[in-house]
Parts: sequence; structure tokens; C-alpha cells
Amino acid sequence: MSSIWAFLGIPPQALFGQLMVGLINGAFYAMLSLGLALIFGMLNIINFAHGALYMMGAFAAYFLLNFFGIGYWPALLLAPLIVGAFGMVIERLFLKQLYGLDHLYGLLLTFGLALILEGVFRELYGSSGLPYAPPPELTGGYNLGFMYLPTYRGWVVVASAIVCIGTWLLIEKTRLGAYLRAATENPALVQAFGINVPAMITLTYGLGVALAAFAGVLAAPIYSVNPLMGSNLIIIVFAVVVIGGMGSILGSVITGFMLGLLEGLTKVFYPEASNTVIFVVMAIVLLIKPQGLFGRAN
Amino acid sequence: MSAKSNGSAATPVLYTVLLAVAIAAPFFVYPQFLMRGLCLALFASAFNLLLGYVGLLSFGHAAFFGFAAYVTGHLAKFGTVFLPYFTPFSTPRLHWLEIPMPPWTPELAILGGAFAATLLGLIIGGIAIRRQGIYFAMVTLALAQMLYFFCVQAPFTHGEDGIQAIPRGYLFGAIDMNNSLSMYYFVLAAFILCFLIIQRTIHSPFGQTLKAIRENEPRAISLGYNADRYKLLAFVISAGLAGVAGSLFALVFQIATLNNVHWHTSGEVVLMTLLGGMGTVLGPMVGAFLVAGIQQYLAAFGAWVSIFQGIIFVACVLLFRRGIVGEIQAFRRGGNKAEEEAPAPAVTSHSAAPSPAGE
Amino acid sequence: MKKLTVLAAALALSASYGAANAQVSGDTVKIGVLNDQSGPYSDLAGKGSFIAAQMAAEDFGGKVLGKPIEIITADHQNKPDIASNIANQWIDTENVDAIVDVPTSSVALAIQEITKNKNRVHINSGAASSDLTGKNCSPTGVHWTYDTYALAKGTGGTLVKEGGDSWFFITADYAFGHALERDTTAAVTAAGGKVVGAVRHPFPGTTDFSSFLLQAQSSGAKVVGIANAGTDTINTIKQAGEFGLVAGGQKLAGLLVFLSDVHSLGLKTAQGLVVTDGWYWDRDDETRAFAKKFAARNGGKMPTMVQAGVYSGISHYLKAIDAAKTDEAKAAVAKMKELPINDFFAKNGKVREDGRMVHDMLLVQVKKPEESKGPWDYYKILSVIPGDEAYRPMKAEFGCSLVK
Repeated sequence: MSSIWAFLGIPPQALFGQLMVGLINGAFYAMLSLGLALIFGMLNIINFAHGALYMMGAFAAYFLLNFFGIGYWPALLLAPLIVGAFGMVIERLFLKQLYGLDHLYGLLLTFGLALILEGVFRELYGSSGLPYAPPPELTGGYNLGFMYLPTYRGWVVVASAIVCIGTWLLIEKTRLGAYLRAATENPALVQAFGINVPAMITLTYGLGVALAAFAGVLAAPIYSVNPLMGSNLIIIVFAVVVIGGMGSILGSVITGFMLGLLEGLTKVFYPEASNTVIFVVMAIVLLIKPQGLFGRAN
Repeated sequence: MSAKSNGSAATPVLYTVLLAVAIAAPFFVYPQFLMRGLCLALFASAFNLLLGYVGLLSFGHAAFFGFAAYVTGHLAKFGTVFLPYFTPFSTPRLHWLEIPMPPWTPELAILGGAFAATLLGLIIGGIAIRRQGIYFAMVTLALAQMLYFFCVQAPFTHGEDGIQAIPRGYLFGAIDMNNSLSMYYFVLAAFILCFLIIQRTIHSPFGQTLKAIRENEPRAISLGYNADRYKLLAFVISAGLAGVAGSLFALVFQIATLNNVHWHTSGEVVLMTLLGGMGTVLGPMVGAFLVAGIQQYLAAFGAWVSIFQGIIFVACVLLFRRGIVGEIQAFRRGGNKAEEEAPAPAVTSHSAAPSPAGE
Repeated sequence: MKKLTVLAAALALSASYGAANAQVSGDTVKIGVLNDQSGPYSDLAGKGSFIAAQMAAEDFGGKVLGKPIEIITADHQNKPDIASNIANQWIDTENVDAIVDVPTSSVALAIQEITKNKNRVHINSGAASSDLTGKNCSPTGVHWTYDTYALAKGTGGTLVKEGGDSWFFITADYAFGHALERDTTAAVTAAGGKVVGAVRHPFPGTTDFSSFLLQAQSSGAKVVGIANAGTDTINTIKQAGEFGLVAGGQKLAGLLVFLSDVHSLGLKTAQGLVVTDGWYWDRDDETRAFAKKFAARNGGKMPTMVQAGVYSGISHYLKAIDAAKTDEAKAAVAKMKELPINDFFAKNGKVREDGRMVHDMLLVQVKKPEESKGPWDYYKILSVIPGDEAYRPMKAEFGCSLVK
């Protein structure tokens, strides 16, 4: 074994460690791009506020702990519900008025919302981040021999994989999911069958937002609760979405995890490019397959 | 069409008045503020060329503005040109070829910045025009972010510090630009020149073709126009002019930083155009001065700038999609109800055009 | 801009004596406190520095040469362009005479340039880069509290002597981080150690340091030098614990740790850290007296060295204006260089020709939780480093044009 590492010139600790960090980032890309794809499928809106709502998920967990004494585990369920409900209000109040207009207006509106939300939290809580401790059950770590794995980071990967698969099952295997998919294809027809399409739209937006908020709670102990935590992430997730193409739910999840890993690998072999590698991949994909890896050709 | 049809008799008078105001303004208003407004107005006008007349929403225009600011700043301060090259099989892989030169005079430094932005526009535009609508916006945003990360690391940008203390120098080697009046009139002259270029582009046969593509791309293609090539050329012109704006900005404020290439700046130029009225001649300028005012008076209050801009975004999209100038024009045309209800011309086209892939 | 007129202008106008031959531009002495009020440095400087500035003005009597002293403040968000814009406006349209505090070296260098060109005073307490008195020195700039050279000399030198002879740096990627890494590298090499690697993280905006820590871990260095500040340092130290760096036998060296950072980290996490500090509130009766007064106005938080430095710097500036009979920048700073500093902050401190305020530095160690007698009782003083040893000697080779 050791000769292989010597050949690569990389200590195994560095390789597996960075791959782990990459996988964790990938978990966040996956959850966020999944939510974006869900919302886009139903509303035809690119939700620029997705990063801000992810940030609100983390803040919701922080508030629950500091104002109500509600800890991490309940917050994992409550924060997505609260922020999801907030998302549904946004949909009813604002987004609803834009259906039938060009999709770009949805992008512009949600961009404005993102600026407001980010600004308000920055004004109230500064930009240096608030501490949020991981739950006691998940502190510490395991020495795996080739690396030291903090327990909490391992949990993040497991939890996000479960949630992504759960969402996929919900869409593909349940009756509600079937309605959703049908309404995406042909809203008028589904409406004619007596299904309340506007309510489904609101629900979908809420679900997508709840996914973002769930990711936010997961992120809180790692990245600390920071008003700006979503704003740079969202652009990378956009690139992920463009690479994956928005046709497929599973595609967005797989792309998310894969790109996270790729980023981790880049950190080992060519750290200078680790920030840009996803965008390079995006450019290449656009040149070869403009509709994205999993997108349907038009 | 809508941009030209309004009040053509009043237009020369209006422009004369505006010019007179612009010439007199620095004696009454803080010149730094006026220059910020002019730079942003040029930036927004260049952006509007793309959004208002071609219907392409670029969410990455900060790349051209900010990169040109860096290039100009570097040329005016150091002069030496660095060209990157790669050696893929040895570390470090990225190298810089150094061509020593003395600091450039301001007008040449600006041309250098504009040239860099044009080149960058060719690359980013070449990739981005492969997608339309929302995807185009996301791709430009992502590519601009890539440039942002490049600027964080490239040595010549000085990373988080930015290029500081950029000398304004002597125009043509003779006129001292440290005098804020001469700087102001230089910026004004550059603005007017670029403004005329934009007007000329819009009203040329080329501009008419762009409008045809905007209104109905498949039809324009079937008439034998290479739509992609037209769109790319418009993108490159817009990028180059945005570069001039960024270059002027660097000389006026004597600093070039990451803020200029950050996506917030891309958002700001969208805001200025939307607020003033996309597809109108004066809209971007009105929007630019309003946004500059917000920045100026709220600068010391951190997050309030962004809250305020967000509110304006939401208000524009929900309440007056034509923007200030667009609404005024619509009002003056008189309440043609059908037209009143229609959203601003530029962006509607996409929902009418065959929808982009992947829906 | 938030304004605070310390004393009514009417009072000042009535005090016409002495003002006859004195010159005060704009009929007020206006001091702008420009710092980070929402980001990683808001605890160590921020509003606390504004309070310290107000206290300095009040304790001076609210006016100098018979003219009122006005203190204003703004948030520069650690961005050089935002800071330049504010500073230009302050000077051009509000007649600000002096800009103080200015943490974040990249911002401080920009302000140094502007104040030099527009002939205003810059009293820097918050920023660290020793370039402020090196190649970026200015006849109107004074660097008050500490700098990267003094920090590196204190902490870097000490740790190498204790056996930490191989170093890896995690560095904030801007002027301050670069200067601190450079000066510490010099100190480590001079003491016989070597530097095996470094990694740079973006500033501001990095919250996850895991990938940098993994690089530090796999480098095998004995000491991981943390060349960042404020909440960045706090996060780095916390996450280093998460990834088992210290458990694996590596030593963390916080090269710039403020009292407020120790407060956020808690003694349990921070105990044992060796830190170089410019001033500590619990040193003697004088420092305690100032700290108590300050804490009463700052929500019970004790002053950091930066905040104390703001007070001391402004007091000395006002004394210099009084002595020079003018608030013209070059004359005032020249007077500041003439007068010795003797207050709760510094004993026999002096401002050198290059703008460096030379005073004794403290090498301190963070107490164990059981050693601490109460809130804010965090440091035990290991040794006092005399100013002339702590600070970089004044030599032409460091690039300051004021040094012949």
C-alpha cells in the first residue's frame, strides 16, 4: 500500500480527508440542487432565494435553541417546517403574480428577495457567524487509520443521502408524486381531473424550500450560522444544476455528490483550481451537451 | 421600435438640457458622486444594449466591469504585462510570462482594460449563447463567478487587497487628472462617446437584425441570419463597453477590488436597468444615478444597501416592470390599454419563442 | 453617518480665549472612527472603539483650542473600496481631521494612502501590517497598538525556543495575513526553526477551515501557525479540535489572539495558548480603572488592546493639537512624535519618525479554567518585552521614505 501512496506523492490522510470534505460539500450541493429542480419543474422559476432560505434554516435552528431551548434533533424537523411555511407565504404573496410572464421575472424577483433576506440577517447578526454546537451524541470522531473522521461530518453525508432518496421515492413512487409529475407535464389537464393545481404548486415550493432549510440545519454546526452562508453556495449550485440538466430529480442528486467529490480531488492534486473546477466542468458540458448530463434534448 | 417612437421632437431639446446639466453639475454636486454615477450609467447602458435590444439577461456583467478595472489599474500603476501559460506536467503548473513596460497613460490604460473585457466577452459569450433565457442567465453568472475566483488567486489583482493607489496620471501625458474637474470632464467625454456608439449600434442595420432576432429568433434564422453570430457580436460589444466603464471606475476611485467582479455588482447593473427601464435610452442612466445615490448615502450602513436594493427589485418586478422611464413613456403615449397591460418588450419574447430545453 | 457632538457648539464658541492665534480647520476637530462593525473584527474593535473614542474626547474636556471635538463613525465592512469611498467623503464633504482605528490591513493601507494625499491624520490601532510603518509609511500616519513584527517576534520566537521548530501556516489571504506570515517566518528562521508549508484562505467569508486543517495535518509540522484574526481564528482553533490536530500531537499557535477571541472560545478551549498582546486590562490599577469605566458603557465587556489603543491614540493626538496650536495634520503628527506618551496604555511610549508608536508588549498565557478568578480574568503575564526589542528597528531597508 505504502508504495502506492509514495508513487502518488500524496499522504492517504490528505486524499481521504479531502474526499470526505468534498463528499460533505457534495451533500449540500445535492440537497440544494434537488430543491431547485423540484421548484423549477413545477413553477418554471429559478429560485435565486434558495441560498437565503438555506441560511434561514440554519438561523431557525439557532433561534429554536437560543430562544426556546429546542435542541438539534427537533430542530432538524421543525426548522424545515417553519422555513417551508415561510416559503409558501412567499409563493402566495409574490411568485403567484408572475405565472404567465417570462421566467426571467421569477429569477429577478427571487434575487431581490435573496438580497433582502441576506441584508436583514446581516444587519441584525453581523457577518462573522454565530456558533451552533453539534449535538452531544455526534461530537468526537473516529480514527479510521488513514484519517480522523469527525462523527458529525459523517452524519451529514448519511442524513443527506437519506433525505435525497426519500424525496426521490416521494416523487416517483407515491400518488402525490404522480400528481406532481402530471401537473408538471400538463397543468390544465390535471386541473380538469379535479386536482387543485395552485395548491400543489404552493406545496412544491414549500417542499423545495424545506429541503434547503434542512440542509441549513445540517450545515449550522459545520459552517457556523452565517447570514452569507448561502449566497456563494447558490451560484455553485446553479452550475451544478446547469451541468446536471433540470430534467431529472435523481440526476441533480447524483451530479451534486459527484461534483463535490471532484472538488475534493482537485483540492488534493491541484488546489489552485479547486474553486473553479465546477465552473470549468460546466463550460465543457455546455460545449459538448448543452442540455446538461441528464437533461432531455429539445 | 418602442425605444425610438416616443417624442422624437422633444428629444434634441432634452439631450441639450441634459448635456448642459452635466457640464454644470460638478460645480454644485460632489464630483466623485457624479463620476460614480456616470461610470455606472455607462455600465448600465452597455448592459441594456444586451437586455433591452437583444433580450439576453446576462447575470455576469460584473466580470467585464471588474476585470477591466483590474487591467486598467495594473497598467496605470505598474505597466508590466503578464501573460499566463500552463505547463501541465510540472509544478507549479501556472506560470506568468513577464513583459516589462513603464506605467501606461490613462487613455491607453483604459483602452487596455476595454480590450481585455472584449476578449473576455468573446470567451464567456461564446460559451453562454449556447443556452437561452434562464439558462443563459445562470451560465453567465457561473462563468463570472469563475472569473471571480480567478481574480481572488491571480497575483496581479493582489487578491483581497485589490490594486490600491492607482495613479490617475496625465491624460495624453499632459493633462493632470488628479484635478477632479479635469477627471470629471474626461469621464463625461468618454461617457458621451460610448453612448453615441451604443446609439449607432441600435439604429444600424445590425441593430435592426438584433431586434428581429429578439422578436422571433426562428424566423430570423429562417430568413438566413446567423442568429448566434449576431448575438455573440452584441455580447462582445456590450462587454467591451462595460469594460470601459470599469476602467474609468478604477481611475476615478484609484482602486480596483474584488467587489467589482462580485455577483452583487452583476445584480446591481440588472437593478439599474430594470429600475430605469430596460429597452429605453435614458432608463439605464436614471437607474444608475438612483442606485449610485443609494450606495453613496447608505455606504456607511453596511447591509442596508442590499436590503434597499432588494426591495427595489421586488417592487420593480411586481409593480412597474417597464421601469421609471418606460412608465413615463407609456404614460405620455396615452393610456392604450392593451399596451399598458403588456410587460416590457424586451423579455416577453422568450415566452413567445419556443421554450428552452429541459422544461 | 452617525454623528455625535460631544459638547454643544455654543459652549465652545464662548471659550474664545486662546483661540485667537490657534488654527482649527472648520471650527471643529472632527475624528472619524472607521472600522468593522458587523464582521469578524466587530468584537475586537467595532462599537467598542467608538465608545473609547468618545471617552477620550470627553476626558479631554470636549474641546481643544476652544473648539468642539466631534466623533463620527462608519462601518467599512473590511472592504478597501467601501472604506476609500467613506474616507474620501469624510474628508471632502465633512472636513474630517483624523481617521482612527481602521482594523483590516488592506483597508488600513488604502486609508494611509488617502490621508497622506489629502493631508489628514491617520491613527491606526486596529490593523496589524508592519508595512504601515515600512514601505507604506506616511508623515501623517501613526501606528499605535501593535504590528505583525512584534507579534511574530513575541510568539514565533518563544515557541521555537520551546521546541516547536517546524511550522505550517494557515494564512488569511490579504495584506495582514501575508505580513504576519512573512514576519513570523523571519522570526522562526532566525530562531533556528523552519517553515514546511502554508495555505491561504479567503478573507472575509471563510467559515469552514477543514480542508486547510487537513493540509496542515498531513504536513507533519510541529506547530500550526494561525495567521488570521478575530472570528477566523476562533473557527480555526475550534475546528482544529474537531479534526484532532492537537490530539495528534501538533501545537496550535494563534499569532494574533485578542481578549475578545479568548472570551468567545472559552477558557476550556483556549487554555495554554501563548499570545503576544499590546495591552491587558488587568495589569495594574490604572488599566483596571480605565477598563471598569469602559466596560460600564460597553455592556460589561472589557476593552481589547485595540479599543484601549484608540483611547490612548486620540488623547495623545488632542494633546499634540493643543501643544502645536493647530490641527493641521503634519504639524499635529510632528508634535505627537515630540511628546512622550505616559498614560494607562503605555509608559514612556514614543512615536518614532516612521510613525511607529513604540511601547512595551506583553507575552501572556491563557489561564486554565480553575486558575481564573472571575469573568474576563483570562491571562497570566509571562514576561514584558521592552518596546525597543519588540518592534522592528527603524532602518532604511524596510522601505519607509521618512527614515534617512
